[in-house]
Amino acid sequence: MAERLLDVEDLAVHFATEDGLVRAVDGVSFGLDRGQVLGIVGESGSGKSVTAMTLMGLTRGVNAKFEGAVRYQGKDLLQISDREMQDYRGNEIGMIFQDPMTSLNPVYRVGEQIVEAIRAHDHVDRRRARRRAVELLKQVGIPNPESRVDDFPHQFSGGMRQRAMIAMALSCNPAILIADEPTTALDVTIQAQIIELIGRLKDDFDSAVIMITHDLGVVADIADEIMVMYAGRVVERGATRDVFYDPQMPYTWGLLGSIPRLDRPRPERLYSIKGTPPSLINAPRGCKFRPRCPHAFDKCMEEPKLEQRVETAGHLDRCWLDVTFKREHRDAMIAGESTEAA
Amino acid sequence: MLTFLIRRVIGAALVCLAVTFIVFVIFIVVPGGDPAQRIAGKNATQQNIINIRHSWGFDQPFYVQYWDMLKKMFNGDLVSYTSQQNVVGQIVQGMPATFSLTIGAGIIWLFFGILVGVISAVTAGRLSDRLITVFALIGISMPVFWLGIVARYYFAEGGIATVFPDGEYYPISQNPAQWFWHLLLPWVVLAVLFIGFYGRVLRGNILDAINEDYVRTAKAKGLSPRRILIKHVLRTSLIPIVTLFGLDFAGVLGGGAILTETVFDLHGVGQYAAQSINNFDLPPIMGVTMYGAFFIVTFSVLVDLFYAYLDPRIRPS
Repeated sequence: MAERLLDVEDLAVHFATEDGLVRAVDGVSFGLDRGQVLGIVGESGSGKSVTAMTLMGLTRGVNAKFEGAVRYQGKDLLQISDREMQDYRGNEIGMIFQDPMTSLNPVYRVGEQIVEAIRAHDHVDRRRARRRAVELLKQVGIPNPESRVDDFPHQFSGGMRQRAMIAMALSCNPAILIADEPTTALDVTIQAQIIELIGRLKDDFDSAVIMITHDLGVVADIADEIMVMYAGRVVERGATRDVFYDPQMPYTWGLLGSIPRLDRPRPERLYSIKGTPPSLINAPRGCKFRPRCPHAFDKCMEEPKLEQRVETAGHLDRCWLDVTFKREHRDAMIAGESTEAA
Repeated sequence: MLTFLIRRVIGAALVCLAVTFIVFVIFIVVPGGDPAQRIAGKNATQQNIINIRHSWGFDQPFYVQYWDMLKKMFNGDLVSYTSQQNVVGQIVQGMPATFSLTIGAGIIWLFFGILVGVISAVTAGRLSDRLITVFALIGISMPVFWLGIVARYYFAEGGIATVFPDGEYYPISQNPAQWFWHLLLPWVVLAVLFIGFYGRVLRGNILDAINEDYVRTAKAKGLSPRRILIKHVLRTSLIPIVTLFGLDFAGVLGGGAILTETVFDLHGVGQYAAQSINNFDLPPIMGVTMYGAFFIVTFSVLVDLFYAYLDPRIRPS
């Protein structure tokens, strides 16, 4: 069995704001093994980024309150001091962000920024750190790394910047790489390259990856396990194959229906989930997806637990609907609107 | 890079010329500005005035007069209408005082402005930030002529608590300690306004920069908060301060600290400008304007160069 790296137990992240308490993340639990890729999927405001940033201690602040535990190799990262957290950031857990245009500091050379990351944790001299930076840039597929290492970020294209970000995040060989919407700001043609790169480097560096996205298509190939989040909680979790072929949450159906697919008859329009995600200050009673769910019924006023309701072990969901009913009715939503109208 | 510099220098020279021309035209248009009458004095006959007008060239068309004045300015024989003293000589005489005032005050206001800005941004929302905000606003609101006089009243010779000598410039070549002692009060008085202002601007810049994505990246790398602040936050936050400082410094160097120089009787270029304006004395006004414009345009070129150094995105390639 693979080495267990991370155990998140009943994590809750609440922010005190002027409008009230924002329950950004509520009762999220999951585990991560070395070499595994976990996809966290959800709309904006579903709590997926907050979850990821909390693993890095990036949500810490006077207004933030945490509950539960984030155990990294047995150590609860929620309990350690800011100073101790610094040693984990970049070194044990690396992170890349959505927008490579703004995530690199425009006034420093790319190489300098990678060298800085290396030297934050390894006490090596500049020359050796620089050589490693060149090596890393080569590994992420930057052509002529020896000269590009001295370029400024604005001299890089979007895809190259994201590659440089990946090089930086991997520079201290972290056990976990968190990729927060790494492809959202990139051209479609570059997206696949970046995903492929992350998948390949994960093996080279023997790391685990947490890939955060709103696009199930992005994680379809790369993820071993998928966790669908809605309104700060996990609504469905399971092996990628199970979530794609036997989705149990109507919200997951909606997400699946919103990806264009070439292997199915083309609908007139892609499915779109009606309404907007609920406020995290005054969340609806019962199932959080109830107000937008076409199949909601009386029982949904009470919130279902995240538990296994199907035959497959490890496939959990939060839905009261009968499994056979769901298997019969979900295709309408997944296939798109022309089928629904018919 | 070289073409950029040449273009900027030519532009700067043109700006200086345009400024003197505008000053000249304004002077001609303003009523009561007939210099012949002033030179002639109260009891002059009409013939006296006409003679003066002719001998000084005031009966020439204005462009001839302007050209004449420019020529004299560059030859160094521009002469005041009222005191008949050489303008360039007067400006050169005032420069040590003005330079001493500007450099000392500049160092004080830049240092404390940055210090105040950083402290209040780092402790944003807490008591120290609020106190600094209040003091900064008081500093910005206190006019120099008032603050200067109050400072003299309380701390200068003959005042309530005699700590400092009262006004006047003491040449550094004669006694550096006395020079410093004489200037300390004017430095602080002049710097107070700028400290408050720079502190407020920098505080805002830092608070903006802290929310930048690349600061989050720096944090995610595991850098220490101090390193993040100095290397990633301050670097970008200081860029607007550079512009402010360049232009303010040039302005004071060019004789802009008229009030401070006058209140403390420093006999600098600014005070000379004030006197000349009072006397409606065109040649010194032209001279001081040219002198001031020179510093402003020079420093704006320097600021541009420094900008390109600070921010690689705007480097001309």
